[in-house]
Amino acid sequence: MARSPLILVALISLIPLLCHSFSPETPTGRRILVLVDDLAVKSSQSLYFKSLSSRGYELDFKLADDPKIALQRYGQYLYDGLVLFCPTVERFGGSIDQAAILDFVDSGHDLIIAADVQSSDLIREIATECGADFDEDPAAMVIDHINYAVSENEGDHTVIASDNLIKSDVILGSSKIEAPVLFQGIGHSLNPANSLVFKVLSASPATYSANPKSKLSSPPALTGSAISLVSVMQARNNARILISGSLSMFSNRFFRSGVQKAQSSTKHEKSGNEQFLTEISKWVFHERGHLKAVNVKHHKVGEEDEPAVYRIKDDLEYSVEIYEWSGSSWEPYVADDVQVQFYMMSPYVLKTLTSDKKGVYSTSFKVPDVYGVFQFKVEYEKLGYTTLSLSKQIPVRPFKHNEYERFIPAAYPYYGAAFSMMVGFFLFSFVHLYSK
Amino acid sequence: MKANIVARGISTLSRNFLTGSYPLRAVAAHRVWNWPSLFSSFSSSSSVHGELQTQPSSSTRPALLPAESVNTSAGARVRQSMSASETAGERTVRHAFGNVLAFFILLLIGVLAFSIRLFSVIKYESVIHEFDPYFNYRVTQFLTKNGIYDFWNWFDDRTWVLNSLNIPLSVETVCVFTAPTFSAFASWATYFLTKEVKGPGAGLAAAALLGMVPSYISRSVAGSYDNEAVAIFALIFTFYLYIKTLNTGSLFYATFNAISYFYMVCSWGGYTFIINLIPMHVLLCIVTGRYSSRLYIAYAPLVVLGTLLAALVPVVGFNAVMTSEHFASFLVFIIIHVVALVYYIKGILSPRMFKVAVTLVLSVGIAVCCAVIAILIAVVASSPTKGWSGRSLSLLDPTYASKYIPIIASVSEHQPPTWPSYFMDINVLAFLVPAGIIACFLPLSDASSFVVLYIVTSVYFSGVMVRLMLVLAPAACIMSGIALSEAFDTLTGSIKFQLLGYSSVNSQAAAGDASPDSTSAQSNALKPDKSEETAKERTSKKSKKKEKEREKEKEQVDQSSVQPRAGRRLQVLPLEASIIGVFLLILLGAFYVVHCVWAAAEAYSAPSIVLTSQTQDGGLHVFDDFREAYAWLRHNTEVDDKVASWWDYGYQTTAMANRTVIVDNNTWNNTHIATVGTAMSSPEKAAWEIFNSLDVKYVLVVFGGLVGYPSDDINKFLWMVRIGGGVFPHIKEPDYLRDGQYRIDSQATPTMLNSLMYKLSYYRFVETDGKGFDRVRRTEIGKKYFKLTHFDEVFTTHHWMVRIYKLRPPKNRIRGKAKKSKSVRNSLIISWSKAFPKFNAVSDRLNPAENEFSINLKKDCKDQEEPLAVKRFLRFYKLLSQGSEVGLVGYILLQAIFRKVIPYRDVGKISRILQYCDILVYISVFCSRRESRIIEFVGL
Repeated sequence: MARSPLILVALISLIPLLCHSFSPETPTGRRILVLVDDLAVKSSQSLYFKSLSSRGYELDFKLADDPKIALQRYGQYLYDGLVLFCPTVERFGGSIDQAAILDFVDSGHDLIIAADVQSSDLIREIATECGADFDEDPAAMVIDHINYAVSENEGDHTVIASDNLIKSDVILGSSKIEAPVLFQGIGHSLNPANSLVFKVLSASPATYSANPKSKLSSPPALTGSAISLVSVMQARNNARILISGSLSMFSNRFFRSGVQKAQSSTKHEKSGNEQFLTEISKWVFHERGHLKAVNVKHHKVGEEDEPAVYRIKDDLEYSVEIYEWSGSSWEPYVADDVQVQFYMMSPYVLKTLTSDKKGVYSTSFKVPDVYGVFQFKVEYEKLGYTTLSLSKQIPVRPFKHNEYERFIPAAYPYYGAAFSMMVGFFLFSFVHLYSK
Repeated sequence: MKANIVARGISTLSRNFLTGSYPLRAVAAHRVWNWPSLFSSFSSSSSVHGELQTQPSSSTRPALLPAESVNTSAGARVRQSMSASETAGERTVRHAFGNVLAFFILLLIGVLAFSIRLFSVIKYESVIHEFDPYFNYRVTQFLTKNGIYDFWNWFDDRTWVLNSLNIPLSVETVCVFTAPTFSAFASWATYFLTKEVKGPGAGLAAAALLGMVPSYISRSVAGSYDNEAVAIFALIFTFYLYIKTLNTGSLFYATFNAISYFYMVCSWGGYTFIINLIPMHVLLCIVTGRYSSRLYIAYAPLVVLGTLLAALVPVVGFNAVMTSEHFASFLVFIIIHVVALVYYIKGILSPRMFKVAVTLVLSVGIAVCCAVIAILIAVVASSPTKGWSGRSLSLLDPTYASKYIPIIASVSEHQPPTWPSYFMDINVLAFLVPAGIIACFLPLSDASSFVVLYIVTSVYFSGVMVRLMLVLAPAACIMSGIALSEAFDTLTGSIKFQLLGYSSVNSQAAAGDASPDSTSAQSNALKPDKSEETAKERTSKKSKKKEKEREKEKEQVDQSSVQPRAGRRLQVLPLEASIIGVFLLILLGAFYVVHCVWAAAEAYSAPSIVLTSQTQDGGLHVFDDFREAYAWLRHNTEVDDKVASWWDYGYQTTAMANRTVIVDNNTWNNTHIATVGTAMSSPEKAAWEIFNSLDVKYVLVVFGGLVGYPSDDINKFLWMVRIGGGVFPHIKEPDYLRDGQYRIDSQATPTMLNSLMYKLSYYRFVETDGKGFDRVRRTEIGKKYFKLTHFDEVFTTHHWMVRIYKLRPPKNRIRGKAKKSKSVRNSLIISWSKAFPKFNAVSDRLNPAENEFSINLKKDCKDQEEPLAVKRFLRFYKLLSQGSEVGLVGYILLQAIFRKVIPYRDVGKISRILQYCDILVYISVFCSRRESRIIEFVGL
């Protein structure tokens, strides 16, 4: 009996730990499954993995056809992220298949796909499901005779040094990536109508996708800047996916090698791959660009409590707090483009919220002269950030019959007329009745 | 069983009521009425002087009681006769006896009116059929101050009072019994109105008729918590007060009339009927030279106070002075003042001076009038609807609505009624009304002219809109009450006269002789009676004739109508004819009662929300699908979720499911309804986008195809198309009609088959019986197997009457393009066109009537429209490449044929079993080519 308080104390001391691992407040998952074709990848790409584990991720390396691998057990996902460094796998082992991976994404988890030349249909299919179409020719590679990397040149100009990076601080970090990024692999195209997926590293206009070993008999299917080398996709549930056409760009060899673009004299000691991939994996694993909105408040000007209903032409104040996840804590999000709509079928009011730099966004406006069931809507979609979609329903009523203005200045002549008429009538009746 | 007993009880009660108490009343009245002739005959025979003495007393009575200035009424006659009688004591006793009798009759009428409406509660349960007070809370809170808003405040106060008195009544119970209570009030109001017009006898008859007129029952059964039930009471009461004021000239009643009008404005939009009918009557009175100060008192305060009060009702507001519906009242208001002025001037000027003044005023006045009218016309014409709101315009021009406002025309109760609906709703009253009109003309008073005007206008309006039968019903009851009362008066009077007359022939003869000899005053007093009597004969003849037409007993009518002419001199009918007439009238009344009880029990008591049907073995089958669906919505959806459905179900959804709807029965926003109509008529994807933009989470459709419930959404669908097309022109009605016919079978147009309404109604319908046979349209549906791409079926009620779908959320990911190499497609097209010529021969063998697809395909081939045929083929190919069910089955079948697992001739059978007739066509094409190369391509 004496032991039970001790166990209790031990359990209580464990609570913070348990809480930490289950906290829904921290969007950054810590457990990542890495599936590889063979375990040599673990050492050849060790620099990249080291950068991940140094940021606190627990990497679990498994062969893609390991019969024991599973993404979930008893309905719970075992991992928060998945890295597919297995371009040639035809069939996953264990319970994992294409549908399982897509379900993994659809339940809000992150995914990194690295394809390569001779990628299997499985990997291509997964990429297609995520919106990226790899070149159909399995032997095709991205070739650029102008922007190839001089140092890695083997004569076929398949190692490309590209610096066509997306201009987004939230995806690629605030420090500029100076050196070009080395790439060797297969290209893919994106559907321009697809609003969820965008190119992070795109090819130059001189690029084309073809089999370097054979002669070109027909024009290549993918050419120029339509080719995307590395793309990211943010699903509607904010799951993030990185699609890369090259596994080798993650390798230690490309990380370490110096780079010099053809037709360019500047020689960089170190390629931009490490910085690029580290920064983008920070984004993919939600260390940046993850927003949350809390404390949506609205009230009449001069009041504190939230009313159940507004009246037309009321002045109201609306405020919301928006924070960004920094990887370890929630920091105030600072921007000047957050807008609120006062919406019934269409926005009646659209106002930009002003930020106090501490995360609180607020504005005040007048309720339009229309009654009905309105909504406060914040639809914040910004490149690289998670989508904020808040809506709060509020009815708006018309004036009550006793809320109209009692005396209208413009009507004073009429009041005068009415009262003078009354007085006149009284006098007239008096005179009429009592004269004589 | 219980219901039956009660029904029988009520019917016997009401039958006893009519057959028993009615003649009794008539006899009682006539017993009194018969006295004056006897008395007068006695007095005239004794001395002319005595007769002259009684004359002033009878003429002073109308002066004392202006209400009874209509001295032709039976009651007036009763009192006249009483005044003629010497003993004041006897008079008081008779008076009191008549009053007590009338009071109890009225009480019983009230009980009858209340209890005949309780069938729904007995047969079903105490539910509100139409909509709930919760809705009014929501509406008052959120959307608008309704017309019934003030009524509602009052109502809530009352329930609160009841609760504070510790009477255990829920709001719902009160609501359920509101309509029957008010119909009892309405029948009392009818009594008072008719009493003002033609005396208490007619009043009682009219009240009894109104208490059970089916048209009014349809709107006021227990649980139909509609404002019309209250409004009819307000309407009749307003008319009563107007007539009362007209008869008395009392300013008190005039003020009360304005308040009653205000109550009517609060309760129903039909108040415009009052504000147009009363001016019409005033104008009629002025034109026929019946202007009096009483008319002025009845009208002027009503316009001034009534308009002021009406403007206080939020939904009316400034409309009370701005819309054309009210213009008539103001115009007449001006006219009555002008007329009053003219009368005044006429009184103070000499005739010659007056003539001069008239010419002077007219010449100046006409010029001014022209200018004013021109300005008025210009102002009115500048507004798009000429100042008239759509509903009113459709009253004046019955074709207006169908031409311009489909939303008004779409409501079934806004359609013109059919002839049977008159017989259904007012039954024998339709025959009695003409007799009542004639009775009103003999003689014509201000009050009776008003009633005539009322019946004429309401007959016209009811002919425009079936809903306004409700307004016709009170008028018809009043008229029939007058007709019945007059007929009974005459018939029972002559029976009495004959019975008593034969015993005292002398006095009768003396009476006959005395009348021509008496003074001019005497003959004047009798003349109306004579003319009235002949009228009565005619009316009774007429009513009997009509009734005979139904009963095919014409000979008796002729006999009974020929004979009275002989006895006209005595102002009485022969005894036999009178007895037969009374008997036939009672029979007529009995028919009416039986019909009313039947209508109350069977036709109008079913709550629209719970349906029943008789099973073949006589049992009762209850369809409670609506409440099932609303309960599902209430328990399984979020509070803020919005539900889209056609607007008919809006109030019910708000009230019973407590969810916000996009459109409801308050059709104030045509654009919203048109948007929903457009969404329902659009293909799935477009509809999804519309609904998504409206924040709709659930879509509710009503489908009667499984159980044969005819007023479902598919039958209303054309109205959705029309209303949608009225605002969004890309929806065109002809796209949904095949050769002008609305059909949902295989001949239906592709637009129809792809519309959201079709898909949501018939999704998975074929799984019920394997054929997809729609019991309402009595045909097999055109498109049986399809999948929904943007909607998920979440709930379907037990009898499939309500189906609820949820909008799919937008896809989490957007898929990349599925690219196929062009070379394969090209080769397929080539091989298809090669196969083309042989197609006809093959498809002829395959019973092409099987489905729409093969027919169209064949037609395409005949028309040599190759591109279209190729398109259809490619669609199949697409199905195949997407791995869909149809494509897969087709693929397996093809494989089987070409591996010779199944013989070619069995393909048709198999695909028919599998219900994939599309495949049949394609396979036949392939087989006709007998080229395995194509199969290899397809096998890709």
